[in-house]
Amino acid sequence: MSATAEGALPLRSDEDVVRARHRVRELAVEAGLRLIDQTKIVTAVSELARNTVVHGGGGAMTAGIATDGTRTGVWAEFSDEGPGIADLQQALSEGFTTGQGLGLGFGGAKRLVHEFDVRTAPGEGTTVRVTTWR
Amino acid sequence: MDTGNRIPVLKLGHLLLVSIQVDMHDRMALALQEDLAERIVQTGARGVLIDISGLELVDSFIGRMLADIAGIARVLDAETVVVGMRPAVAITLVELGLSLPGVQTALTVERGMAMLPAPTDRLGPEADEEAEDAVGDG
Repeated sequence: MSATAEGALPLRSDEDVVRARHRVRELAVEAGLRLIDQTKIVTAVSELARNTVVHGGGGAMTAGIATDGTRTGVWAEFSDEGPGIADLQQALSEGFTTGQGLGLGFGGAKRLVHEFDVRTAPGEGTTVRVTTWR
Repeated sequence: MDTGNRIPVLKLGHLLLVSIQVDMHDRMALALQEDLAERIVQTGARGVLIDISGLELVDSFIGRMLADIAGIARVLDAETVVVGMRPAVAITLVELGLSLPGVQTALTVERGMAMLPAPTDRLGPEADEEAEDAVGDG
């Protein structure tokens, strides 16, 4: 799989979360995703970008068009140097929350995309990468 | 206050109308929640109609805001109807696992209005005076 990325988008504020949504929406349109898949990945991006701001203490998003053979899609990666996630299974389970209004964020985001990869360890930050194919 | 960052709340008789036409960041959503609560008390509104046809997504934060608005309005004796949700937004919302507990929805503004007390119904204190005047005039 190959992927092109623009510069990293900082994720420090509410406004940055909106910028992340807009950037991924543009990429999803460019990749030719159906409206429903655009909406799903942009919603997932909103959840994950907010997680980065609220739980990760801020971080950054990189995103781009993904290609794999004849497939085209969109990917986005969120990274922070926050406290990390000790129990990933629990974090992904429905209704789990450690902060304000994020009970569905992580597990919900996973359901909205085709691929969902997390790298995290306590004290070592969190990186989440999502991809949706056309 | 960053008034340019607030969603306008319009009064129509005893209804409050909100049409969300921008991609709200989280503080805007919270400000709307507070503004609506204040306007309900100020105006004695019996119904709140929220048009989200301009929203391209409803994530867990916005979903919770809508549910909270409905809950706050209910304890302030007003009903809330959310109208105009786009199909892709509805599908995404359900897959995300949000059910908008306690939020009434309608497809269109017209249908949403029909679910709420009529704008002239059950007049509040201010409107009672107006009504008495109207009777006096008649």
